Amino acid sequence: MSMILFLIVMVIIILAAAIYAILQKDLLYAVLATGVISVILSIFFYLLQAPDVAITEAAIGIALTTIIFIITIRNTTRDEDEYTDNHVEKFSKKK
Amino acid sequence: MLKKYIIFALIAVLGFYLASTFKAIPFGANRLGDLNNPETVSAFYLQKSPEDLHVANTITAIVVNFRGFDTLGEVTVLFLAVTGLMSILYRKEEEETEERLAIPSSSLVRTGAKILFPLILVLGIYVFVHGHLTPGGGFQGGAIIATGFLLMLITYKTFYTNHNVMTWLESIAGLGFVAAGLYGLIVYGSFLQNTAWTGNLNDLISGGLIPLIYIFIGIKVGTELTSVLDTLLNIKPRKK
Amino acid sequence: MMEFSEIFFKYKDLISIAVYGTAIMLIIIGLYGVLLKKHLVKIAIGLSIMDSGINLLFVAVGYIQNGTAPIFSPGHEGDVAKMVDPVPQALVLTAIVIGFAVTALALSLIIRLYKHHHTANIDQINSLKW
Repeated sequence: MSMILFLIVMVIIILAAAIYAILQKDLLYAVLATGVISVILSIFFYLLQAPDVAITEAAIGIALTTIIFIITIRNTTRDEDEYTDNHVEKFSKKK
Repeated sequence: MLKKYIIFALIAVLGFYLASTFKAIPFGANRLGDLNNPETVSAFYLQKSPEDLHVANTITAIVVNFRGFDTLGEVTVLFLAVTGLMSILYRKEEEETEERLAIPSSSLVRTGAKILFPLILVLGIYVFVHGHLTPGGGFQGGAIIATGFLLMLITYKTFYTNHNVMTWLESIAGLGFVAAGLYGLIVYGSFLQNTAWTGNLNDLISGGLIPLIYIFIGIKVGTELTSVLDTLLNIKPRKK
Repeated sequence: MMEFSEIFFKYKDLISIAVYGTAIMLIIIGLYGVLLKKHLVKIAIGLSIMDSGINLLFVAVGYIQNGTAPIFSPGHEGDVAKMVDPVPQALVLTAIVIGFAVTALALSLIIRLYKHHHTANIDQINSLKW
């Protein structure tokens, strides 16, 4: 029974993290939520008797994918709805 | 607004058809068939891996031997993706580079990283050397080695990977994979054919060419992922 | 605490819905992000979530109840009848690594686009619009 409870909690966490990652406007939090998805997915793979895939997901999904997204956010914008000044000028010129 | 409703309808239709498709595939049912007279490809692999190749980890046998040509193609895709990334983010030498880290790490983090780095490297090398015996292999070991380098790159300002060493290691590993394939083609008549001598099940030196090829894949994946992180971390940060 | 096999027979439908449902929901959530979000990094996150869902679906199709991992460890060479399907695992293994490399390539393109246009919003990048 505790196994079923554990499974249900995992499903709730992974779906909540996925929805949060899509809806959150602050991209840094969204990227960290994808890291949470990878953690739970790694446990799923282990329970489905796929230890090789679990190791790969743990190393790549949790550490490497998260860090390259964070580097990209550092080089672009952190806020999803950010409109830069440059473009305000561009649009005003057209009109 | 209409576009949004069309997309919602599309997603609903897709979800319905995915769900109804996978309702027809029972979860947890045994679809392998008879293992002694294999009719499915999975049963064939499960039977041949310990008997002919003497490899304990069936997934390693599939990735490196049964589907070895496929893996060579995937390693090539990885190489092309990394080459594309480095040429897109290419920066001329003259441009002045800013510091990678705005704030230096604390001495606790620096000492901890220095202690952990060799241990992570040893774990990665263990994972790909024992790829044919335990869960693990070249792809996993390479990823673990890349996380070790990542720890050093984000902790130390002055830590840089040597590009010449990286290029040579990567090239030698790629050539080694192709050379192992050509050895099979010349001696046994088909590309990536394993050697006739395969040792005993669960010995460290067993499985013919399989451990050798997985070590090459491990070095190749490790150096490529490390170069990705090195290139991305050395971009000049945006102006505030 | 009951054995996992007993639980499996008792709650077979629930486990099946939980695992397949999670995979399908991840694919759908990722697709929603790809189609409706405007920020390029958000689109890359959506693609990454879709990737995770497809990997989980593949491994779930290969699972066999009460199965063991397809590894002939010492003392368990006779367990071949209980082993799960190894082919989907071998496919997913390489797919994760390739997925990482392709994500890195996409993100490098996003960084270049941002440097050129000073925005990462796809509605504002309109130099080729007619």
